[in-house]
Amino acid sequence: MEILTMNKGCDASFIEAVKQESGQDPAQCYQCGNCTAGCPYTFAYDIPVNQIMRLLQAGQKERILKSKSLWLCATCESCTTRCPQGIDVALIMDVLRHMARREGHASVKNVKTFYDGFLESVKRHGRVFEVGVAANYNLKTGRFWTGADLAPKALSMGKLEFRPHEIKGREEITRIFRRHLQREEAGK
Amino acid sequence: MRIGVFVCHCGSNIAGTVDVVSVAEASKMFPDVVYATDEVYTCSEPGQKAIQDAVREHRLDGVVVASCSPRMHENTFRRAIEKAGLNRYMLEMANIREHVSWIGKDKEKNTFKSTELVHMAVEKLRRNQPLVPKTFEIDKTVLVVGGGVAGIQAALDCADGGLDVILVERESSIGGKMAKLDKTFPTVDCSTCILGPKMVDVAQHPNITLMTSSEVDEVNGYVGNFEVTIRRKATYVNNDLCTGCGLCSAKCPSKKALDKFNEGVGQTTAINIPFPQAIPKKAAIDPEYCIKFTKGKCGVCAKVCPTGAVNYEQQDELKTVKVGAVIAATGYSLFDHTRLEQYGGGRYPDVVTSLQYERMLSASGPTGGHIKRPSNGEEPKNIVFIQCVGSRDKSIDRPYCSGFCCMYTAKQAILTKDHLPDSQSYVFYMDIRAPGKLYDEFTRRAMEEYGARYVRGRVSMVYPKDGKLMVRGADTLAGTQMEVDADLVVLAVGAEAETGAPQLAEKLRISYDKYGFFLEGHPKLRPVETNTAGVFLAGSCQGPKDIPSSVGQGSAAAAKVLALFAKDMLESDPAVAEVNQRRCVGCLKCVRTCPFGAIKEIEARDGSTKAEVIDTVCQGCGICSVTCPHGAIQLKHFTDNQILAEVDALCLSWMDENYA
Repeated sequence: MEILTMNKGCDASFIEAVKQESGQDPAQCYQCGNCTAGCPYTFAYDIPVNQIMRLLQAGQKERILKSKSLWLCATCESCTTRCPQGIDVALIMDVLRHMARREGHASVKNVKTFYDGFLESVKRHGRVFEVGVAANYNLKTGRFWTGADLAPKALSMGKLEFRPHEIKGREEITRIFRRHLQREEAGK
Repeated sequence: MRIGVFVCHCGSNIAGTVDVVSVAEASKMFPDVVYATDEVYTCSEPGQKAIQDAVREHRLDGVVVASCSPRMHENTFRRAIEKAGLNRYMLEMANIREHVSWIGKDKEKNTFKSTELVHMAVEKLRRNQPLVPKTFEIDKTVLVVGGGVAGIQAALDCADGGLDVILVERESSIGGKMAKLDKTFPTVDCSTCILGPKMVDVAQHPNITLMTSSEVDEVNGYVGNFEVTIRRKATYVNNDLCTGCGLCSAKCPSKKALDKFNEGVGQTTAINIPFPQAIPKKAAIDPEYCIKFTKGKCGVCAKVCPTGAVNYEQQDELKTVKVGAVIAATGYSLFDHTRLEQYGGGRYPDVVTSLQYERMLSASGPTGGHIKRPSNGEEPKNIVFIQCVGSRDKSIDRPYCSGFCCMYTAKQAILTKDHLPDSQSYVFYMDIRAPGKLYDEFTRRAMEEYGARYVRGRVSMVYPKDGKLMVRGADTLAGTQMEVDADLVVLAVGAEAETGAPQLAEKLRISYDKYGFFLEGHPKLRPVETNTAGVFLAGSCQGPKDIPSSVGQGSAAAAKVLALFAKDMLESDPAVAEVNQRRCVGCLKCVRTCPFGAIKEIEARDGSTKAEVIDTVCQGCGICSVTCPHGAIQLKHFTDNQILAEVDALCLSWMDENYA
């Protein structure tokens, strides 16, 4: 097991950055474990959420940003709801995931591929085109049959369209994406 | 007038951020100042001696000490100058520590502000008058409010010390929370067996008057001479006639009354004696469930009572008593476990509070000491204890640790194994807080000898599954989630202030914190005193406490009362209001505004109406002097002229700076 070095290994600027971006204070966490107790995805996590909080307090940037848990978090906000200290834990997970992406980490590639495909679809059509997103995801990940079992039922209920349905304010949506990208560039 | 100024370094506390030497130097410029110096520790013996020597040598008739808050050392310096032959009120303090050096880092600005504060003190002192306290007689009776273990201890100690004690208890029996406990930690001795003798002592002590089913209605007066109105609530039973035979309760047809003593576990009769060892052992009717009160007919208890003690017409009675001191020992209340819905309290019958569980464990409890699942009466096998329910939880405004739950949970885990050897206890905890004699050893015993499985983590939810309760939590030491299927879940509810505590505090004119716990005079050095003279605290009304601490505090409060009453006369603070009769026009606005009823209307010799202050009642708050339209009523030691002189000192120096 890797040994934590609390002084040299502690990245204070990382803690500060998470604080700034999330508006939350990780020092408030007293490790009661309520976040992990309620988390429905702990079974799949490599690091349970209370330990993510602990590693954050210890400024362990690499270990956190390489963690799979960040990508598996469904942002259900059970942790936020349960936290007796009123920390928005889900928001911290969100911020960490953004950071991981910026640093070029994506420990669960498929999740990132899905997010990217989803956003790409919204950018192009102004809303999500389900069949397109699914096909794109399945092709890119090589998981050709993912979700296929749901297709017949969804089809019969008229929930799947084979052609993208474009919304009225498509250009405006595209502009939102552009503005975000510009800000990202400026931020760098 | 000849004034001496003493500027204190307080080690580096003041001198670190204030140039005390130049403050002393600057002080020499102020009017009437004939001597000024700095001292390393003015409060030390050499420091006090320096003041006394200077008083004699420089023939001073007033002293300014620039140091800490007067709350710390005003009395020290008053005594010091008194010994040097001055009147104790010829002292002024300039607070240059709490108000300057501890709060500012800029040495130059701090030095300037300190000099201004000294200037103000000098200007006030120039207008000080020597004051002499008056003495007054005291009533050596003490009122103890609350008959839990803290109140019982305080009452017994006061009574043994020869004082007359009036013990007021809200419920129909004394005993408080301790009477509801089965066993006590860390000795696992029977709670009633050790409390019972003390309760009997209260009943039999010739110096103690016990008033149960009673509450404090109104408090007037001041230390040594309080006048307290006590409301005896109607119990519909004449306690002088009731023998506690229990025939009424046996025949009562209303058998589904809420059993308050047993925390709602099981039911009781509308007329009942709460528990076998009750003191006094008298029946009381709960009108909410009594058929005579709800439907207008019945009257069985009155018919069967051999002494004719039942009286449905009984009314609340008010009684006024005179006491010299009050000990508040009103105890605590428990967190409402239904507020944390994720634990299922109030929704699932097999989720109980720790005090309900305690009643189940008690041989005189509703289950006769058998642990049963409330849902089906079966013996539970897996019992889950959840700690910190309503403690250390900022999101529900209970950020404090209740202190005793870790210990009582360990005790309950041990007792569970004693009652049901085949059972398995699980304890979800955040941290074990066991800082007491034999306390940590006790929690270790629960784990090592009694095999309670401690899980470090919180519980996120409790939900029913196949007739059991699934408890899902975290095991933070293993770094994962953890599930237990439980037959019974016990919530270790935390302590909160007793309902009505803030209202009582207001009647007693004592302070309370944001959670309703009463505030002690000083968190370390005046733990049982309040900031109101003659009112003392004992037990959990001041903050959550276990039995040893409550008993200790009860005895401490009694010692304080005994010390107070060791004198036959008390001295009153002479810094009180005084009416200039020639200026008073008799509008009596002051009489109406005084919160202590210290001002009375009198008829002057020419027949006109005037106001007059009762010296011993006046608390020196000063409200009257700001109300008086003619400046006729003045607070001695804080007259309008003195305060204006201070303001002038401050503003004039500021004006010199800016407009000179």
